[in-house]
Amino acid sequence: MFTPAAESLLRQAREIQDEELSRFCSRVVKLLQKDPGAEAVDALRRLFLIVSATKYGRKLEKPCVDLLQATICSPACPEQLQLLCAAILREMAPSEGLNLSCDHIQKSRTLSLAASVLLAQGDRQDEVRSVGQRALHLLEARQTEGPGPRALLPVVSKVVSLAPGTLPEAQADMLHRRLVDWLRYASVQQGVAQPSRGFFSAPRTRQPGPVTEVDGAVATDFFTVLSTGQHFTEDQRLNVHAFSMLRTWLLFSGPASRDASDADDRSELEGSTLSVLSATSATASHLLPPQQQLRAGAFEYCQRLLEQSTRRALRKGDSDLQKACLVEAVLLLDVLCRQEPSFLYRALSCLKALLGRLCGDPAQARTLLPIARFLLSHGEAAAVDSEAVCQHLFTSVLADLFPNPMLAFEFAQFCRDSLHLFNPDQGTFKLSFPNLFKLLAWHSPALTSEFVVLLPALVDASTAVEMLHTLLDLPCLTAALGLQLSRSSPTASERPLWDVSLRPTSCLEGFRDPEFQGLFQYLLRSKAGGATKRLAPLHHLLQPMASCARVVQCAQAVPTLLQVFFAAVTQALASSLSSREHLPQSWPPPALRIRRDSPQKGLQTPSPCQVASGDLSAQLALVLLERSNSLFQVPQYEAQVHRVMSSQLLALCRLRPALVVELARDLLEFVGTVSGIRSRESMFTAVVWAIGEYLAVSYDRRCTVEQVNRFFEALEALLFEVTQSRRSATLPPYPPQVVTVLMTTLTKLASRSQDLIPRVSLLLSKLRALPQGPAMGSVPRDEDTDAIRMRATELTNLLKMPSVAQFVFTPGMEASTPRFHRDANTALPLALHTVSRLVDREAGLLPA
Amino acid sequence: MVHAFLIYTLRAPHAEDTGFCRVLYSCVFGAEKSPDDPRPHGAERDRLLRKEQILAVARQAESMCRLQQQASGHSSVDLPPQSSDEPASLHEAPHGAFRLAAGDPFQEPRTVVWLGVLSLGFALVLDAHENLLLAEGTLRLLARFLFDHLRLLAPSANLLLRADRVEAILARFLPHGQLLFLNDQFVQGLEKELSAAWPL
Repeated sequence: MFTPAAESLLRQAREIQDEELSRFCSRVVKLLQKDPGAEAVDALRRLFLIVSATKYGRKLEKPCVDLLQATICSPACPEQLQLLCAAILREMAPSEGLNLSCDHIQKSRTLSLAASVLLAQGDRQDEVRSVGQRALHLLEARQTEGPGPRALLPVVSKVVSLAPGTLPEAQADMLHRRLVDWLRYASVQQGVAQPSRGFFSAPRTRQPGPVTEVDGAVATDFFTVLSTGQHFTEDQRLNVHAFSMLRTWLLFSGPASRDASDADDRSELEGSTLSVLSATSATASHLLPPQQQLRAGAFEYCQRLLEQSTRRALRKGDSDLQKACLVEAVLLLDVLCRQEPSFLYRALSCLKALLGRLCGDPAQARTLLPIARFLLSHGEAAAVDSEAVCQHLFTSVLADLFPNPMLAFEFAQFCRDSLHLFNPDQGTFKLSFPNLFKLLAWHSPALTSEFVVLLPALVDASTAVEMLHTLLDLPCLTAALGLQLSRSSPTASERPLWDVSLRPTSCLEGFRDPEFQGLFQYLLRSKAGGATKRLAPLHHLLQPMASCARVVQCAQAVPTLLQVFFAAVTQALASSLSSREHLPQSWPPPALRIRRDSPQKGLQTPSPCQVASGDLSAQLALVLLERSNSLFQVPQYEAQVHRVMSSQLLALCRLRPALVVELARDLLEFVGTVSGIRSRESMFTAVVWAIGEYLAVSYDRRCTVEQVNRFFEALEALLFEVTQSRRSATLPPYPPQVVTVLMTTLTKLASRSQDLIPRVSLLLSKLRALPQGPAMGSVPRDEDTDAIRMRATELTNLLKMPSVAQFVFTPGMEASTPRFHRDANTALPLALHTVSRLVDREAGLLPA
Repeated sequence: MVHAFLIYTLRAPHAEDTGFCRVLYSCVFGAEKSPDDPRPHGAERDRLLRKEQILAVARQAESMCRLQQQASGHSSVDLPPQSSDEPASLHEAPHGAFRLAAGDPFQEPRTVVWLGVLSLGFALVLDAHENLLLAEGTLRLLARFLFDHLRLLAPSANLLLRADRVEAILARFLPHGQLLFLNDQFVQGLEKELSAAWPL
């Protein structure tokens, strides 16, 4: 436990001064030289704390550092001291004054200790390679007695994973051979007996009994990590170490560039009959090169593990190990089949048999993921369909096991790694997003970053609208999942899934209520269906759960995910729109345009996103308008989502300015209600701004004078209401942004339909004379009113020169090209400068 | 392979401000290759970076644990210490995994598996495609041994001054960051060895 005493100890260690440390070092030196006993141990423990407790470098005296190194290499020294010395040196790493070298170390245990220090140096002086070579040299020396090789195997494994492919081939071959021996020919007798070479050879001396399987039966074949007994022989221990390092060794022991070339050759080799015939077993493979011998041995080991994993383990620990072994075996088979495609057919037949057994067992769900991955990456070559197992994973496994944090993480990782392998025709992956989002809804802190990567791959034109709704309802999904869980496990008293103090009983009753059943089923669906349902009734029902920590956490993740979603959608839309940039801006309408531009794309068939682009952006904009008013009421959720929604609505309009004309009716409806302004101010501002910006003939020829007038009238009425409320003492005034955006938009519209200029001038003049708003609370409102007055004055001035106003407010498409800003004669800044000079002169004449 | 193992403090899930997350012990198994940095004090900067990396992992793992505990609506710190029944509570303990993208904070992408027991957090920083089932089992095993052998539940026991025992446990169950496939009997054998060499 961490106590205040520990905290103060930590502080003391950090605050120790250099002189004090140097005195302490000399004490350590004396103790180590004199009598390395309990006192020395205590001093070294403190020294470790002093060195490790701070992130800043600690300078130890040279004699002290030298003595620490000498202690590591001294064969007679007790383990405790050596471990401490090695730990201190490791904590100081990288250190420039280290002169520890592994070149003359003869004992494997010493090398192992020195390696922990040397490998921590950051490989500035090629330490990794020298440690690796020394370790292999000692292994070569055939120290079969004692725990020699066992101490070295992890060192070798670390070395190859730090610096793949650096070991000399001859030495690597030696280890290939010895690994085969350890893996395949460990003793099948228990206890501390002489290792008997060759499996099934009759034991000559009396043995304590044969090793057993995890279910207690006598072992039927060679020893593996799943074979058990009372005691283990040294070669059995080596077997465990050899298997533990096997995957790392197979992956990284070869020349560094091997993997890439293997992947290229694979397709040719996988289909050939010859390679099937050449697949030989380890027992008959002595003539093969060592690397292939090892692969054959590893393959047999995996087969045996798969067989052993079917046994019913007597102990909990062994049953966990069985699962881990199953995963490792499948991962190994994947590596082996990549390196030697001839294994593929045998591996597939093993795995197919395995699948049938595992699919029905929820406890084995995590082991299905590597199998599915194997089938996805190799299935095509062997004409084996991975669809069934993917279906199973994406439907029942996700729906039933989403609360498991490790499964959730592994599932997300599986999807992320397999993105390029999912078959786009079958669509299992893309259509399963409602189920995948359950992981996200339940484990949002750990999985948000995973879904930031996954989301763009899940987005599809046909489901984008549904996905947007689902994302907006994600906190609602979290609450519904909580209800589903507490209903399915009545023993929730043991492990409360929710804050017990909340007792969402009304929600639970609602969950059973037939009235809401349909909506809950829709919310908890496992596949995208294309249709969308409005969940507003559920928002009310689930309201008591909106303050649950899990729901709040999920709500915090949604804005980020929305950004990612829109980034993916707008990117797809932009690419499909830019492919027809040379066509007239707004004609023909989208439906016709598609037919015309798809042949122009050459051989590429247009992606679904491209086909539906015009439609899709309109649909998404509509969803944004509608949903801004219908969100689950989680604290701060609405404000944050509105912020994203408004910026994305503007982005959509920027992408397709014609949206404003196409959605005229909906936009009018949206701005028609003054009550909406307060609850969704940022959305309102964005919509009004978009109207002013894009309701112009230059963007869409379908834009008519009547349309401009209609918008003008609606906004004029709104501005009137808004300013009226500013005069009222009872209502809080609308924020100045709302007033200014309304004014600006009205002025823009007037600049395009010049009959409206007198009306807008009148309005603006009223606003210039706006009285000071009533002071609300302690906040003086003067600045707000000043801002409004100033904007009104500016706009009035601009409108005095209608043609300039039109140019400034509707600069035309070329304003966005770089040339427009670089060329001094056409530049917008120049135009603005001229205008402001003219206007300033006028303004000087105006009464203040 | 495991890149690092660390023990850090967990703050109470519902308390707003109770100090910092502290790394009480960390072990990096083989450092990532140092950048070629010709400036002086390269080694010092390198060490600073590594310490900051570990602290970043600890902080992130700590907040993951806190968020998970908040979400499930209970706090482990409120629970009374169950002194004799450690393994049972280990299976109930909050645990999870998260990914660290390449360059943030390590050069390579990594996976972190964490376990929160009472006020202590334990975490393994793994290579990206390590066997997570094995890593999870190993982390539980290490936590159990650390609790047993360092008597972490006793109020006076001080983890900070028992680094040698932590090192001894790691040397046997996670040598050089190698995850081992140890069956139940094998674990018992190793534990006997440990107890013989390091009597309690």
